[in-house]
Amino acid sequence: MVALDFGAVLAQWPALLRGAAFTLGLTAVSAVLGGIVGVACGWARAWGPAWLARAVGVYVELIRNTPFIVQLFFIFFGLPSLGVKLTPELASVIAMVVNLGAYAAEIVRAGIENTPRGQLEAARSLALNEWQVFTRVVLPPALGRVWPAMVSQIVIVMLGSAVCGQIAAQELSYAANLIASRNFRSFEAYLIATALYLGLAIFIRQLLNWAGPRFIFGRVATR
Amino acid sequence: MVDFTLWDIFRNLLLAARWTVVLSLIAFVGGGLVGLGLLLARLARWPGAQAFVAGYVQVFQGTPLLMQLFLAYFGLALFGINVSAWVAAGVALTLYTSAFLTEIWRGCVNAIPKGQWEAADSLALSFGEKMRHVIGPQALRIAVPPTVGFLVQVIKGTALASVIGFIELTKAGTMITNATFRPFTVYACVALLYFALCFPISAYSRRLERSFQRGR
Repeated sequence: MVALDFGAVLAQWPALLRGAAFTLGLTAVSAVLGGIVGVACGWARAWGPAWLARAVGVYVELIRNTPFIVQLFFIFFGLPSLGVKLTPELASVIAMVVNLGAYAAEIVRAGIENTPRGQLEAARSLALNEWQVFTRVVLPPALGRVWPAMVSQIVIVMLGSAVCGQIAAQELSYAANLIASRNFRSFEAYLIATALYLGLAIFIRQLLNWAGPRFIFGRVATR
Repeated sequence: MVDFTLWDIFRNLLLAARWTVVLSLIAFVGGGLVGLGLLLARLARWPGAQAFVAGYVQVFQGTPLLMQLFLAYFGLALFGINVSAWVAAGVALTLYTSAFLTEIWRGCVNAIPKGQWEAADSLALSFGEKMRHVIGPQALRIAVPPTVGFLVQVIKGTALASVIGFIELTKAGTMITNATFRPFTVYACVALLYFALCFPISAYSRRLERSFQRGR
């Protein structure tokens, strides 16, 4: 019958913990940068000049209709032939930012486009300039409206980062891989890594649901 | 030394893309059936079904598809089943797809006004009759656009099967790269083929959604 030996895997807990921390770090950096890219592209799609909106549209469709693993391989294996050499970690972050940016752009755009007209008219009648109208009046409630979708997308990107182990970025799935190759307890190693991913997903979702209204879009709205 | 022309690369990738399509269809049809079963178990209020399906969805949506593939690959082997990459990829992607589809469809069923359920109950329809004649047809209409949209996710998900050695578009790209040392061209072609597969489907899903909103 099946004999499972979780002890052999759990004995290597420092490697698993390091991997989980690495995944969390990758996700944090990508979420911040990807969020910024998303807001910029969302603005361009909703309010930007026509040529820019179209260019961003092409970027969004290209990313949303190709798999993350192919984007990662293209960046890590493809770009060096153009003279751009990247470490696995840097390639992972770039791929995650580019990926999240495209999805976030669509999410942010939906939020921006649902701004009531009266809000815009009110802001303009107060003689705010366009930058102030966007950053003070339009963006915070727009982010508030689409925050649940944004949180889900960040969790999806975190889960997708498991692929980064394939280019030897030292994240959680890579740690599981390493442990499995040391003691041949593949199933146990991956099962524990999977449980850790589930924990990370729940943690990130709770954290962002808590932090969003307090730090990202709530400050301006409650003032 | 054999020289690969661009056409050679593209032709070989195109041949491999067949298996991406086949695997996507297996996962989509299999996942649809399992997802429908889970949805019906939930709607029929089987004891424990509610909690089970909620946990099932949470687990499959909260863990990486890559890990699910690894677990299917190594887990089935533990039970003495000789797993090929086909079986492991088929099983993992089917379960993954079913978790998403059952959740999407539950949303569609929930969107049906309560009065429809009550009307069906007051006509003393059985559960099967209610599903077939009242709830099913209405839910189906709402469900088509997001279901078609999710097909794109499934196609992109099959790319991960390359990691457990399933030879489809992405794996073929890696193999051709190793033979030609032209990763830039090869992965650009791979991405282009995925785009050619996925973009028409997402565009179609969006069009369905728009026409559905106009029809309301």
